[in-house]
Formats: sequence, C-alpha cells, structure tokens
Amino acid sequence: MNQSGRHQPKHEPRSRLERVLRSGRFAVTAELNPPDSADPQEVYDAALVLSSVCDGINAVDASGANCHMSSVAICALLTRAGYEPVYQVSCRDRNRIAIQGDLLGAAAMGVRNVLCITGDDVTVGDQPEAKRVFDLDSIQLLHTARIMRDFGVFLSGRKLTQPPQFFLGAVENPFAPPLDWRPHRLAKKVAAGAEFIQTQYCFDVSRFRTFMQRVRDLGLHEKCYILVGVGPLRSVGAAEFMRARVPGVYIPDAVIERLKGVPKSQQRVEGKRICIEIIQQVREIEGVAGVHIMAYRQEELVAEIVEEAGLLPRPFRNDAPPLAHRRHRSARHLPNP
Amino acid sequence: MFSFNCPALLERAYQLAERTAWALHPWIARIGYRRVERVIKPVEDFAKERLFGCRHCGQCILHSTGMSCPMECPKNLRNGPCGGVRADGHCEVKPAMRCVWVVAYENSLQMPIYGHEMHQIQPPVNRQLEDTSAWINMLTGVDKRTPAGWIPIERIEEAQPPSESIKGH
Repeated sequence: MNQSGRHQPKHEPRSRLERVLRSGRFAVTAELNPPDSADPQEVYDAALVLSSVCDGINAVDASGANCHMSSVAICALLTRAGYEPVYQVSCRDRNRIAIQGDLLGAAAMGVRNVLCITGDDVTVGDQPEAKRVFDLDSIQLLHTARIMRDFGVFLSGRKLTQPPQFFLGAVENPFAPPLDWRPHRLAKKVAAGAEFIQTQYCFDVSRFRTFMQRVRDLGLHEKCYILVGVGPLRSVGAAEFMRARVPGVYIPDAVIERLKGVPKSQQRVEGKRICIEIIQQVREIEGVAGVHIMAYRQEELVAEIVEEAGLLPRPFRNDAPPLAHRRHRSARHLPNP
Repeated sequence: MFSFNCPALLERAYQLAERTAWALHPWIARIGYRRVERVIKPVEDFAKERLFGCRHCGQCILHSTGMSCPMECPKNLRNGPCGGVRADGHCEVKPAMRCVWVVAYENSLQMPIYGHEMHQIQPPVNRQLEDTSAWINMLTGVDKRTPAGWIPIERIEEAQPPSESIKGH
C-alpha cells in the first residue's frame, strides 16, 4: 500500500510508465502522430519532441481508421531508440490470431505498455470500403493479453516458452451514452485486466467529475490508474470539425464560444490555455493519476502544455533505456533520446 | 418496435422458452440434435430476425444484453458500447440506428430476472457456430465452450498462474 491506500501488486513495475504511476506521481503520456512514410526518421523527429516531457508515447493503431505506419512498427522503432512506447492495439483490422502474434512480437521488441481499444469504425476513415474485423472486442482483447502474460498461453491453450511482460491499459469515454453505464463498463475492463486507463478527450470537467464520483463509488480508482485525455483545439473550425466528425468527441458549446470570443490569430493560444486549465482542474479530482495529451498535428504544443501546466521535470528520466544497447544497424540516424 | 417497449415481458418469454427447451431436451437428444435443428432453425430464425434483428451467431446471449442483440452492433461488441456512441444515443456507424448498447442498458433496468447479467464478461465469439441453431447449441452446451486458454474472469483469482512465469524479469 502506498500513501493513497492503493493496493500495490507484488510484481516489479513492468514499465517506466507503471513505475511513475505506482510512485504516486502525476503521469503524462502523449500521442505520437503516425507518419505516412517509410522513413523512420519521421518517427524519431516526432518522438524527440515528446520524449522529454512525457512518461509514455502512444503509438496509435490507424486512429480514426486512417491508414498510417502501423503501431507495432512505430513501437519497434521507439524501443530501439530507448523511448517508452504505449502500444495501441485495436480490434478493427486484425483477428485474434494476428493480434496475439503481434503482442508477442511487440513484447520481443521491448514493448511493455499495451493499450487495448475497440477502434473507430472503417467508415470514418480514408478507406471506408474496407472489411471491418472486430473478431474480439476490447474487453476480450484485454483478457487475452492478460492470459498470455499471467498464464503463459495463447487463447488456444498452447504454451508460450516466454510470456510477455505487459502493463495493460484500456480506454473509456466518460462523455458518450449510456453515461450511467460507462463506469460499469470501466469496471468490466478492470475485471478483464486493465491496470491503467486513458480516456477520450475531456472538454467538460463537470461531466467528468460526475463520472469520477461513480468510479470512486465502485472503488475502481484504487484498482487502476486513470489518465484523462486532453488536447489543444487549434481553432473554432477544428473544434467544430472534431465535434461533428470524430466519433465520441464531446465539446460543450461553452468551449466553442470561448474560442469564438478571441480573434482567429489568437485561437490557437486560447485552445492551449483551455487545455492547460482542464489539466489543472482534473488534477484536483480524486482518483485521477495523470493526463494523456492528444495534440493532433500540433505536437510542438505538447512540451509547452506540459511545462505551463507545471508538470516538469518528468521523473525517472535518467533510467537506462531498456534496449539502447541493442541498437540495430539500420537505425543509424537515431537521435539521442 | 415491440421488443424495445416491454423488455420485462420478453425476458419472461425467454425464460419460458429456455425452460421448455430443457424440458424437451431428453426427447430432442433421442431424436437427434441435427434432425431437430432442421425443424427448429427456420422457426428460430423467423422469430428472432423479426424481434431482434438476429444475425445467426449461433450463441445467443440476448437475455444477458438487455434483450438487444449485440451482433446487430456493426462492431459486434458483446461486452458493452464503444466510445463512438453519438450524443443522441445513436450508432457511430449507422446514424439512423440507436446504439444497441444504449437500448440494452435501458432495457436491463426493467429486467428483474436477467438485467444484472449485463455485467458479465462475454468470451470471444465462436465463429464456427454461425448459422446454427442457438437453442440446440444451448442444449448441447457447445455455445458455452470457450477457447482452451480462455480462463473465465470469475476463476482468474483462484486459477493463479505459476509464480515463476511472472518473476525472472
């Protein structure tokens, strides 16, 4: 038990992110915008901006069902350079055979944090003609990853010679209907093995407070670490686009009005300010363990947000990168992490 | 639609049908499952398609999901809604359709017998059972069969893994 009365598992922290969270420090993760490129340098350029200001870098799995470099490949590049990735696995594109294989492969490449998600539907992406898979759902995926880790077997029961070591995460959207059932869905995810949670964008702190109240009533805040999704809005247009076109994003009118209240050239700064205020407000809510920053096409803002929200320096930065000594020859142009 | 208005009645009907099926089980077993399936399947399909928009997964969990068929969800989610549900409670993929899980949750509140089963964790779908009779699969028990490595959540605590598999890292 630590100061917060949280039950501490017996095992050693499996990742730096887990270590930060277990130490009771406020964690910061951020999303890396995946490149549409075969050049690893683009991944490293994006990671370089993020690595010094966050504890984990999320490699998204074709977010919004748009095709990009795969998350498992991004993770492989990141671990190679000593960065700490969060491997996002969605159920949309791959069946259980592919997913389990990728989980093993990711673990072999040094990935320790896995985020299990359902995934946006193919129809919202750039190739809506594609076949959707959804062989497993996110809860079945979580449980599958947990079984592989804790029992050392595939779903089929076949043994693994070396089980993967994962810190398992899931997502929740506190802002989508059925609102009353969302905390219970979170409970299901915790039961299925979720140790940390990253939420959808939070633009409505009071609604989030209500959600957290229910989460605390169920005792879930002591069984998992909850990182609140936040992000800067670039402009009124971007906010309205997100509200209308990105599934599950809820932006209250008050936020849009506030952006409209400043001249267009100032909206970016105002968007950043709103994001920082939200971070400061959710930080005060009992049971919130960190924030997850999603700055779509504005990664350069992440460092400013983290700094201005007073979240620097990040802890355990001096840890030896897990696989730095195993740099691959093809990773010549690696930056210094 | 009828099914959305009286979930309590529907769950009663389900309960009755289930009891009848078990009562007839010895006879069905004697006649032969496959032979009975040939007769039952068209009737089952007809009724379930009209009432619930059945997708013939062959492992019906309707009563555990508020009498709202989870296979109607474009993502086939069997453990709850995705994060994309629209603010008006409609589906991310099919804006004209209410999210099956929003309906399921509302219904479950009016279902004293099976409503609580919404909290159960459902195992992965056995795709081999597609287009077979869910009633027959219930009687043979094949719909409850999970992959060999799938340790049910309820048993995860007791089924503690060998300690050496976790350590050593």
